[in-house]
Amino acid sequence: MSKSFLSVESLSKSFPASGKNEDLVVFENVDFKIEQGEFVCIIGHSGCGKSTILNILAGLDSASDGVVIMDGREVAGPSLERGVVFQNYSLLPWLSALQNVIFGVRSRWPQWSKKQIQEHSEKFLKLVGLEEAMQRKPAQLSGGMRQRVSIARAFATQPKLLLLDEPFGALDALTRGNIQDELLKIWSETKQTVFMITHDVDEAILLADRVLLMSNGPRASIAESVSISIPRPRDRSSIIEHPGYYKIRNHLVNFLVKRAGDKEDSGSGTRIVDPAADAPVDAGAQSDLLRSAPGQEKSFKVSG
Amino acid sequence: MPLNMRAALVSVAILFVWLLLWESATPVPEATEALSEFELLMGGADQEARVPPPSKVVGHAWDELSNPFYDAGPNDKGIGIQLGYSLYRVLTGYLAAALIAIPLGFVIGMSPLMYKALNPFIQVLRPISPLAWMPLALFIIKDSEKSAIFVIFICSIWPMLINTAFGVANVRGDWLRVAKTHELGPLSTAFRVILPAAAPTILTGMRISIGIAWLVIVAAEMLVGGTGIGYYVWNEWNNLDLNSVIFSILMIGVVGMLLDLALSAVSRLVQYQE
Repeated sequence: MSKSFLSVESLSKSFPASGKNEDLVVFENVDFKIEQGEFVCIIGHSGCGKSTILNILAGLDSASDGVVIMDGREVAGPSLERGVVFQNYSLLPWLSALQNVIFGVRSRWPQWSKKQIQEHSEKFLKLVGLEEAMQRKPAQLSGGMRQRVSIARAFATQPKLLLLDEPFGALDALTRGNIQDELLKIWSETKQTVFMITHDVDEAILLADRVLLMSNGPRASIAESVSISIPRPRDRSSIIEHPGYYKIRNHLVNFLVKRAGDKEDSGSGTRIVDPAADAPVDAGAQSDLLRSAPGQEKSFKVSG
Repeated sequence: MPLNMRAALVSVAILFVWLLLWESATPVPEATEALSEFELLMGGADQEARVPPPSKVVGHAWDELSNPFYDAGPNDKGIGIQLGYSLYRVLTGYLAAALIAIPLGFVIGMSPLMYKALNPFIQVLRPISPLAWMPLALFIIKDSEKSAIFVIFICSIWPMLINTAFGVANVRGDWLRVAKTHELGPLSTAFRVILPAAAPTILTGMRISIGIAWLVIVAAEMLVGGTGIGYYVWNEWNNLDLNSVIFSILMIGVVGMLLDLALSAVSRLVQYQE
């Protein structure tokens, strides 16, 4: 049915009712697709279930309803095909930076020789600029360096889909900027498919091909899919000079501030928007990228 | 002057003052009146019928340590042989306990069901003084040597079991998720993630256990007799050789310290900083 690389179909997550309360529906009717090599960011207020969606994609959590299909197969349980970078780095503290990457590479290709594993791991640590710190333990690295190791580990295993859960959330603005550059660099070399959660509108515009905007929970869903039609390679200092930059930025901020809580808005399926092109793109033209779930309007109930 | 140097100086000063007080507090007893027959039998007015001064103990220690492995019959063996017997019993019982406690602790730590199911047994068995097992052990095993080893086994199993279970149960969820997203099987997860993560806690349990085992062996050997440092202390008391008693007390302390140092060196190897 779907030719997309990753296809998320009417995904929902709810927790069973306690007492006489209704079931708590975190999100429902979440539909989106990601193409091979695409970089997609998802933005939404806390509690809308972004992390749950990511964990379902990773296979660490299960959905109450709906399916995730990657490369023609349903996602069930964690797999090395899907690499994850968590906000808190999740490095193993008893291993050095290099050993942490080797841990990932060895799990991915157990048949490789020691030398091959080591060389492959070193290559990715160099890509994130850590050749000097490879032998250090995570405790001896700054937050930014730890997250770089974590990114190197994820990219080194060359998963088909890379999931980043607010990877820069705990970093200061300067470090964050530097690592965004590293991430862009390593991404442009590997052409990995990336799905990333962020709270930072500017970060999303810099990194993503497309930004998914989530409405507020409970009963959250994906309200808009915003194309970031700024040509690559992008650069942090020059991207703000692009004529479309502020149009996109204003659109995203406007959604988050004014419309994210709008219930009627979230029920009408996912709109496809390209603010930089001045007018909304014809939805039919991009139906392959993003499909509105049939019957979504019918199944939507106004909560309260 | 660096802190370590100053601390060493203070230590030496304290030792010196202590030895001086000890030396001056144990004068040779003088007979002021005729001794009763009993006092004569107990060695009254004998220079040795007192807590020996440090100078005597040091001299005796020198004699013993210069020939630690002589064997002149069941009641006269060198300090090295006696300590050797005790160490053999402690290490045998301790290693047997470790072989059972660490795998079992893993199971208990990984399975909330087993944790809850075994907890009442552990809570009841743990506070029992290990020596209370001795009569039962002697009856069942019918061998005093093996009974002493069993007592060491039973006293060193609990700290290792409880610490292993605690360490395994409290491995951070993040690290387990790393294992999951890297498709590690249960065995790989146990050896590559849980074991290194819980190793410092396990080693803490092993260190507590070896300390307890060394405390208990002295008492156990006083009971079962024959050989070992505990028997030696009691035997020298029966001989009224307080020089040897004080010397062996010091040796028990030194060996206990060395055992602890060895375990702490191992635990430094597996220590990590989060």
